[in-house]
Amino acid sequence: MNPRRVAVTGVGVVTPLGSDTTLFFQRLLSGENAITRIDTFDTEAYSVKIAGEIKDFDIGPYVHPRDSQRMDRFCQFGLVASILCFEDASIQLDESEKERFGVILGSGIGGTDTFAKEVIVLHEKGPSRVSPVYIPKMISNIGAAQVAIRLGAKGITSNPVTACATGTNAIGEAFHRIKFGLEDFMLAGGAEAAINPISVAGFANMKALSRQNEHPEKASRPFDLNRDGFVIGEGSGVLFLEEWEHAVGRKAHIYAEIVGYGCSTDAYHITLPEPSGRYQALCMRKAIEEANISVQDVTYINAHGTSTPANDATETKAINLLFGEHAKSIHIHSTKSMIGHLLGAAGGVEAVVTALTLESGKIHPTVNLETPDPECNLNYTANQMVEAECRYGLSNSFGFGGHNHAILLKKVS
Amino acid sequence: MNTKEILEKAKPIIADKLGINEDEVLESKHFINDLGADSLALVDIIMSLEEVFSMEIPEEDSEKIQTVGQMVEYIANHVK
Repeated sequence: MNPRRVAVTGVGVVTPLGSDTTLFFQRLLSGENAITRIDTFDTEAYSVKIAGEIKDFDIGPYVHPRDSQRMDRFCQFGLVASILCFEDASIQLDESEKERFGVILGSGIGGTDTFAKEVIVLHEKGPSRVSPVYIPKMISNIGAAQVAIRLGAKGITSNPVTACATGTNAIGEAFHRIKFGLEDFMLAGGAEAAINPISVAGFANMKALSRQNEHPEKASRPFDLNRDGFVIGEGSGVLFLEEWEHAVGRKAHIYAEIVGYGCSTDAYHITLPEPSGRYQALCMRKAIEEANISVQDVTYINAHGTSTPANDATETKAINLLFGEHAKSIHIHSTKSMIGHLLGAAGGVEAVVTALTLESGKIHPTVNLETPDPECNLNYTANQMVEAECRYGLSNSFGFGGHNHAILLKKVS
Repeated sequence: MNTKEILEKAKPIIADKLGINEDEVLESKHFINDLGADSLALVDIIMSLEEVFSMEIPEEDSEKIQTVGQMVEYIANHVK
């Protein structure tokens, strides 16, 4: 079978800046900030007290309470984003089409809050009191399974776990499933809910998080000289992918085309990126090669841009390595500057942003970029959105463990 | 504790686990056929009731409990 083209015909998000995709994108364009003091648990004893929380999330309209109480928060986010995405795709699938409809919804760390709570039950009340729904609530593949149950998807369901690269990993694999004829429809992205005591303590103690507790809205500052770590965010972002001719045939709204997916591994360190950036460059290059275009054709990058000292400098090196002089003319931005780092969901949400950016020609700002860092010498769309028609855009995600993933999207002409 | 008191105490727990109104929790109702429970939910309900009534319900007994009435009666006969 010849490779097939892949269309993005649905988008869905649940984010600290809302679950309405249009409104979410407008808020990003206007530089709204969602980072606040954590109020879901008492942070008195914690060195980090800030996050990009989703306030007042209500799954009530979407799921029966009998079922929602068996879902960890990450799963609830993933399910709601998927329902919204599928509605956005406005597609009716018959039974035979559902057999070629798959779901790849990843979570970087899964149901950590459920896990932590049941460990306490185990210690305080003994093994006979551990919840019988603990396992199916906690396991990180259950998000994909719950989406499949809800939407009737009978093709592949899977859950890549590649830390902060998870969402992009999921979308890239889903893209290939359709491109190479293994499925016709895919729902793909990531979901994460790690703003809980055990996860915040863990990330804080590895010194990955910003400690600018007194100025939450200033804490996530990708590519700024005074960045001091990332801010945890939560939520979900998913795409509905469809074989191109089918999408055209039903006159679907096509947000963008996915044309490349590149992966590489640093094989270097459990948390630090390989400092030369050559393997991050490698994954971007592989995505570009798959699309058979030249590096000069790429004029927009939704960066991983976490606001950690190591990531932003290394990602900049990687972009300079791959693109050479052309790097300076690329429009780069970091969605994380406003909503924080959604970990395994980041790539999902940022893929949605990449598609909407190419479609609208509007590039949201990287906020809080106030003091330039000599190691970050590119155009990061500092503080003000810009309008620019870009034909090709990359979305980068790099995960602890050295997992590098990039997808390449093309504007619909 | 009589069966009426037990039912009143059990109602909110059963209703919460199944996401239904307390007034739907009647002795005649079958957990799976009438109230939308599955086998996992039934285990979950029994574990919660064990805790509330400070008792252990052995598996060979809990497997026979199918209705709200059977549950209430079992608790009435075994609670200390």
